[in-house]
Amino acid sequence: MAKVVVVTSGKGGVGKTTSTAALGAALAQMGESVVVVDFDVGLRNLDLILGAERRVVFDLINVVQGIAKLSQALIRDKRLENLWLLPASQTRDKDALTDDGVRKIIAELRTKFDWILCDSPAGIERGAMLAMRYADEAVIVTNPEVSSVRDSDRIIGMLDSKTVKAERGERVEKHVLITRYDSARASRGEMLSIDDILEILATPLLGIIPESQDVLRASNVGSPVTLNNAASAPARAYTDAVRRLMGESVTMTVPLERKGFMNRLLGRRAA
Amino acid sequence: MMNLLRLINGRNASAPVARERLQILLAHERGLRGQPDLLELLRAEILAVVSRHVAIDPEKVVVRMDRGKHVSTLEVDIEVPNGVQRSIAAVGA
Repeated sequence: MAKVVVVTSGKGGVGKTTSTAALGAALAQMGESVVVVDFDVGLRNLDLILGAERRVVFDLINVVQGIAKLSQALIRDKRLENLWLLPASQTRDKDALTDDGVRKIIAELRTKFDWILCDSPAGIERGAMLAMRYADEAVIVTNPEVSSVRDSDRIIGMLDSKTVKAERGERVEKHVLITRYDSARASRGEMLSIDDILEILATPLLGIIPESQDVLRASNVGSPVTLNNAASAPARAYTDAVRRLMGESVTMTVPLERKGFMNRLLGRRAA
Repeated sequence: MMNLLRLINGRNASAPVARERLQILLAHERGLRGQPDLLELLRAEILAVVSRHVAIDPEKVVVRMDRGKHVSTLEVDIEVPNGVQRSIAAVGA
């Protein structure tokens, strides 16, 4: 039974695309067949994070408009044979995405994949609405920062009212994924703690991704962090999150950066 | 309470402030979700009532809201021009 998961946040720049790529790759690394769908029409970036930017021929809008078949638009990852990308259009008007078109594409993807991860654009407009419209589950990416938590709360409200599941009286299963978490700063009271965020959002936690240089390094080279450096703290955190998404119970920890000897000696924090 | 927390956690403990601000804000936003903006509604109705009796310049109306944890205040400040209000009221009557 295929699962449609929207990766959303309301606020921009919190790590939706990075998280979509990392979660998708981690699922594929566990043998699941996965498609990641970029809903950010006009500002596509999932192709870049996955290192597939030079292989995009057709996109989501082309498929909606019947210019290309779904099989022509899907791009297979070069490293993971069961990971696929459906890119967004870079040039088209975002109004070209229609509810009916998205419904048909999601229905077709459900027959081909175990997991359909929808990378939502920022904001609460049409694109974000359509990305969550047919979701079974939602990953709400949140930074430990007031504006991000507020926007996540807004998005949770939308997931509970604007999705097809909500309209049918069912529930979209929601999970909070906290990214860019700095446990040292949180313990000093400089940053909202995990407990603060969960208490405010009243939504279960999927994982805690620590702030790490490895995330930027991975996007620089166009490789999901779980592939680029599987032993790194964020990669382990994403892998744990994926296990939880698959129904395993994994103890919640904040994976720590492995500091070098000199850094530890000097008491430097990993940036 | 906040000062006490700050004392315990050191001067940089701004997270408790963030948490409290969010809790107050979201309690209001969740209540208003899907409903017309209460502030906007009150402003429009108060202005409608006042302008039935007095000519008012919409630019000279200030509405302020302060949302607290237990109580919120709405402050409506309407500038009424001197000398003209009687004639307008007479026309209206």
